[in-house]
Amino acid sequence: MTDLTNLTLADARDGLAKGDYTSVELTEAHIKSMEAHRNLNAFITETPEKAIEMAKASDAKRAKGEAGKMEGLPIAIKDLFCTEGVQTTAASHILEGFKPQYESTVTANLFNNGAVMLGKANLDEFAMGSSNTSSYYGNVINPWKGKDGKDLVPGGSSGGSAAAVAAHLALAATGTDTGGSIRQPASYCGIVGLKPTYGRCSRWGVVAFASSLDQAGPMTKTVRDAAIMLGAMAGHDAKDSTSAPMAVPDFEAALTGDIRGMKIGIPKEYRVDGMPEEINKLWDNGIAMLRDAGAEVVDVTLPHTKYALGTYYIVAPAEASSNLARYDGLRYGQRVMDEGDSLDDMYMKSRAAGFGKEVQRRIMIGTYVLSAGYYDAYYNKALKVRRRIYEDFATAFGTVDTILAPTAPSAAFAIGDNEDDPVKMYLNDVFTVPASLAGLPGLSVPTGLSADGLPLGLQLIGKPFDEETVLRVGGVLESAANFTATPFGQEG
Amino acid sequence: MTYIIEGSTGPWEIVVGLEVHCQVVSKSKLFSGASTTFGNEPNTNVSLVDAAMPGMLPVINEECVRQAVKTGLGLKAKINFESVFARKNYFYADLPQGYQISQFDKPIVGAGTIILDMPDGSTKSVGIERLHLEQDAGKSMHDQDPKYSHIDLNRSGVALMEIVSDPDIRTPEEAGAYLTKLRAIVRYLGTCDGNMNEGSMRCDANVSVRRAGDPFGTRCEIKNVNSIRYVMQAIEIEAKRQVEVIEGGGEIVQETRLYDPRLGETRSMRSKEMAHDYRYFPDPDLLPLVFDQAFVSEIEKTLPELPDEKKARFMRENGLSAYDAGVLVADQEKAAYYEVVAKGRDGKLAANWVITNLFGALNKAGVDVAESPVTAENLGKLLDLISNDTISGRIAKDVFEIMIETGDNPDKIVEEKGLKQITDTGAIETAIDEVIAANPDKVQEIRDGKDRMLGWFVGQVMKSTGGKANPGMVNKMLRDKILG
Repeated sequence: MTDLTNLTLADARDGLAKGDYTSVELTEAHIKSMEAHRNLNAFITETPEKAIEMAKASDAKRAKGEAGKMEGLPIAIKDLFCTEGVQTTAASHILEGFKPQYESTVTANLFNNGAVMLGKANLDEFAMGSSNTSSYYGNVINPWKGKDGKDLVPGGSSGGSAAAVAAHLALAATGTDTGGSIRQPASYCGIVGLKPTYGRCSRWGVVAFASSLDQAGPMTKTVRDAAIMLGAMAGHDAKDSTSAPMAVPDFEAALTGDIRGMKIGIPKEYRVDGMPEEINKLWDNGIAMLRDAGAEVVDVTLPHTKYALGTYYIVAPAEASSNLARYDGLRYGQRVMDEGDSLDDMYMKSRAAGFGKEVQRRIMIGTYVLSAGYYDAYYNKALKVRRRIYEDFATAFGTVDTILAPTAPSAAFAIGDNEDDPVKMYLNDVFTVPASLAGLPGLSVPTGLSADGLPLGLQLIGKPFDEETVLRVGGVLESAANFTATPFGQEG
Repeated sequence: MTYIIEGSTGPWEIVVGLEVHCQVVSKSKLFSGASTTFGNEPNTNVSLVDAAMPGMLPVINEECVRQAVKTGLGLKAKINFESVFARKNYFYADLPQGYQISQFDKPIVGAGTIILDMPDGSTKSVGIERLHLEQDAGKSMHDQDPKYSHIDLNRSGVALMEIVSDPDIRTPEEAGAYLTKLRAIVRYLGTCDGNMNEGSMRCDANVSVRRAGDPFGTRCEIKNVNSIRYVMQAIEIEAKRQVEVIEGGGEIVQETRLYDPRLGETRSMRSKEMAHDYRYFPDPDLLPLVFDQAFVSEIEKTLPELPDEKKARFMRENGLSAYDAGVLVADQEKAAYYEVVAKGRDGKLAANWVITNLFGALNKAGVDVAESPVTAENLGKLLDLISNDTISGRIAKDVFEIMIETGDNPDKIVEEKGLKQITDTGAIETAIDEVIAANPDKVQEIRDGKDRMLGWFVGQVMKSTGGKANPGMVNKMLRDKILG
């Protein structure tokens, strides 16, 4: 029997349907893989017993002929999703030991569709980061290695999810994307990552970072897998006022492989100064692939792109500073106080001990930009620029069906790099942040390797709620690129 | 009406604006499905949202929106078809989210008006600046444990309407009249129960003083006063304090103050320097609140007759004075009671009986009109007994006393106690003859021109008939017998 961990989600689904193996077998294979790759630190909490239990239940369900869209498929859940009875930390010390009494809508949807949970994947603390080095539970190691053999970051914030999928510890994983947290780690780890349109997946039960930007999505081995998984995650949720009251299409059916006559926009503003030549080349190759497939390539302009990163680093911290106020040591999570302390003492001690450096930095930035006298200069102005960025895209989508751009300005970097310079670290998000601010779907597809043999991804940005076009074009790009490299290929 | 504080340097005028928090009558909270029932065991009306568990999201309760719109309509105010919820950020133990969801620059209701009914029967118009919806906080209890404070989150997330007046109020009495009227309106509408002692209506008063005609002075905000009487006292005391400070060469600092009714003083709670920076920003968890005219029109159809309209109708249809009409409409139940009594009867007589006799007796007993032992139907019957000459007005007062005590039907009381007026001329004649026979000297005095002595004879006859003789008949027959 082939190694079950090498299967795609689609293959495994079909194999289970044919009875080639059971969910228990599939799940056990992944549990073994998880155990064998603990060095990657991809999980904060492994739940092998729960996984086997869920797999058994799934096999029983299948025997009764009641298979869901993801029946019996073992996946990793980013530890930002609240999972009933299973510790949910957001990679923060302040939530250590917190076991929710409720299940997030997205994980509930997945489990109702038959998915099996292997464990809670590591991430940057409160999803704040691009390297997965801000986790209280230790950094995640990218399964890919640089030529010098140095440990690399998996990207972030969904670094554990990306590493788990890339290293075959899980068939797929949930991620969340606020400014690139699905797409950038997908690019760094050589997998597919889809940030859906804001409002496509419910945020209910997802620990909030920046409410107007946070969006859950699939991280998978293939574009088809992303289509399958998104279909099992998405849907309107009355418990989330920002969730879109829209039907969930059959995303897999969109993968026709035919993009003839489609218009692909190439935004000139994404050719930034100092971008590595190999990224430009990767992009040009992608353009050629789509043109060869019969698409029309059109230059578009997104003039406010250069303000996107600055805007994002005002809006996201502002919302975060407020969203994270509830972690006060009172009702759940970590409390630090000494005899005779006042309420304020308890707040200060609990939050100082509970939040890491990056989270504290963003809370302070966010508090500053919202404070009296600065609100108009920062937050209000950022909202106006955000509107312009959205309008740039709306104008471009007047003529094109989707936009192609690099996912990130570089390949994965060594652990420890950029740590002394937050601004340099933030630059990793330069290509992913605009679509986040505009609430648009973005799909990262691995299409090539860097000079160092590391994966690089290209990103497709779509119209609101048009994940189908993004997936269709992504599927064509994936076939044309024929990206077959794996981190194991490197090892072998 | 002018209210002037005579300072040592001359007269001062006071300027007051009120911010009233009205708890919305609704089954569940503003953004969660938890119950709003008052008085439940601590922390039993708490949803995951109210406790601010990670990942929880607010969802607007449409019933609260309807109630706010209804209140806006009752205040003759502009209804904003689009409003925005904003977060007001501050840390406190009874605020689980670390922010209160409120409305800031785009409230659901804009400018409106309240007409004050002053005790002298005059009216005054006070502007409403806005009404917005917001969440209530939980309750901190500092007296449950020697070392720790306890928190009850039952109230956390309950919907409040904050109703802000323009600085149009010039006297403590006007502030009292404003609160009385606002409470009457929300009670009529059924949007707030108006119970200040349960905290479902709370008042902050912004007070400043100035020389007449000058621009507004610096104001102080007196927080969370929980009775109308205390609000009036607090304004008076705070205004006097401000005059003393200014006349003593000092300056008023904008700050938040607390009123201590026991000591009869206000004292500083937070200075401006210590004031919170609330960092308001639009709540990204909620979409702008949008509705259309059709939604408002549906609510408009459910509006009851409001105090001002009722008052005008009582004056127009029943010929009541502004004062009497004002007293009756101040409370929906009082007005309803009066309407039953007045129906098909003399409206003015009914108003006199309801206001003077009934309300007087109820006040003395400390009972609400809803718990009145005398039903409106029975009071009506009593008025009928007077107007059809079954009993005199004086006997009616005795019957009413018995009704207050027993709650009995007046017909039954009159019957059982034999209080029916004597209208039988024979019986009255006999009584008159007896009195005349016993007092020949007094009869002579009348015949000599001392007409006023007739009253004395009427009294004697009434006395001998136990008050039951028809006084009109007694008078006429006496006149005929002595002078005729």
